[in-house]
Amino acid sequence: MSQIPHELMYTKSHEWIRTEDDGSVTIGITEHAQEALGDMVFIELPDLGNEYDATEECGVVESVKAASDIYAPLTGEIVALNEELEDAPELVNSDPYNDGWLFRMQLAAPDELENLLSAEDYEKSLNEEEE
Amino acid sequence: MSKQTPLYEQHLAVKAKMVDFGGWSMPINYGSQLAEHHQVRQDAGIFDVSHMTIIDMKGGEVVDYLRRMLANDVAKIVEHPGKALYTCLLNDKAGVIDDLIVYAMSSDWFRVVVNAATREKDLAWFRSHLDNMTVDINEREDLAMIAVQGPNARAKADKIIGEELQLKPFNAKVSGELFVARTGYTGEDGYEIICPADKASQLWQDLITEGCQPCGLGARDTLRLEAGMNLYGSDMDETTSPLESGLSWTLDFSDEQRHFTGRDQLLKQKKSTVKNKLVGLLLEGKGVLRAHQDVIFENGGRGTITSGGFSPTMERSIAFARVPQDATESCSVAIRNKHIPAKVVKLPFVRQGKILIGS
Repeated sequence: MSQIPHELMYTKSHEWIRTEDDGSVTIGITEHAQEALGDMVFIELPDLGNEYDATEECGVVESVKAASDIYAPLTGEIVALNEELEDAPELVNSDPYNDGWLFRMQLAAPDELENLLSAEDYEKSLNEEEE
Repeated sequence: MSKQTPLYEQHLAVKAKMVDFGGWSMPINYGSQLAEHHQVRQDAGIFDVSHMTIIDMKGGEVVDYLRRMLANDVAKIVEHPGKALYTCLLNDKAGVIDDLIVYAMSSDWFRVVVNAATREKDLAWFRSHLDNMTVDINEREDLAMIAVQGPNARAKADKIIGEELQLKPFNAKVSGELFVARTGYTGEDGYEIICPADKASQLWQDLITEGCQPCGLGARDTLRLEAGMNLYGSDMDETTSPLESGLSWTLDFSDEQRHFTGRDQLLKQKKSTVKNKLVGLLLEGKGVLRAHQDVIFENGGRGTITSGGFSPTMERSIAFARVPQDATESCSVAIRNKHIPAKVVKLPFVRQGKILIGS
């Protein structure tokens, strides 16, 4: 079973979300997602300043195997990007919950956080996917 | 339920990621596809290719039969036991039923290795075109196949086999229970070894002990793409002519008396116009080329990517594309909603560990 840190929140589309002290949220893809996709070779992040609705496509991770969309888990504006991924997309494989983060959003509707999955719920959804 | 090769348990034991491929449960990687790719370019890797279909054809008329069935001419190898020949199997419209390697075992025995996904249609085609010729067609399900590939592959494998085989490229020989061919699908030196199914596990383990790392179908695909080798079902199929698939070099028209299946149609195509060609593409902007993306040329011409991906050796994205004959070097590829610059290049991209394409 892949690692699912308790302090994070999740989506069914395999993004993780961490709330920061300044109210913004950091977003990445889960260990399960990077394992399923395989070695990352290119990551297309959204542009800084772009605004997205929750569940809207905002980027793409390309592995040796395939391209896979990344969805904005919440409504808001892109306020930071992990620029290291440009030269080192493999960080998403080696450290998906820390150095492999993708982008940060300033939320337009913080109450949407309630729609996200807890670690337990995400684990349940993974188990259902496997069945 | 997918079929399992004799090495299935070995793959599970090291937690290989298994996928369905042509009806077989096969390892796509054993952890990192990139590491496996580099292992083959730099040292030696082993691939379970037991899903491929091995067919022995024997009988007094087997040479005449294969000269009629195959687009390349087995007359070139019949006098040279062990010699291998790459060829297309064409239908009456000169569409590609499959690509295969045929080995001359003796004057009345040829060994044919075809793709896994095309097994049933190939066997049906071969059997339905016997026309009462005395040829015995025998699928060898009792055999397994391991490819050992890389600059150090032959030296390591020779130690296991117990003799220095000193095979020339595209030649094979029998060594005890093994059939060893100096062929492959990676652009590196190495062997493809056919052995009895019940001996495959031991051979696999021995090769690992000798320093060969297991590699999955994922690395096999990026290696063959770099090496400029076609993949059946992606780069050519029954709807495409070998003349539009970079396979003209495998068609042998030299004996005018040899009426192989598809010959008339190919000659017709050559006389009129062959509209397209298969070329290499190098992505100049950012992104990853994938099959089915559109290629757009400055003169208005359009093509399609047939195979694409990320080249671990070049750290660039590369592809094969079917494009108009008059395609210019400069082009762009539609990746999602953007047009990314690319250029047409000569194949292959990489051979024997060396990058052959200038940036």
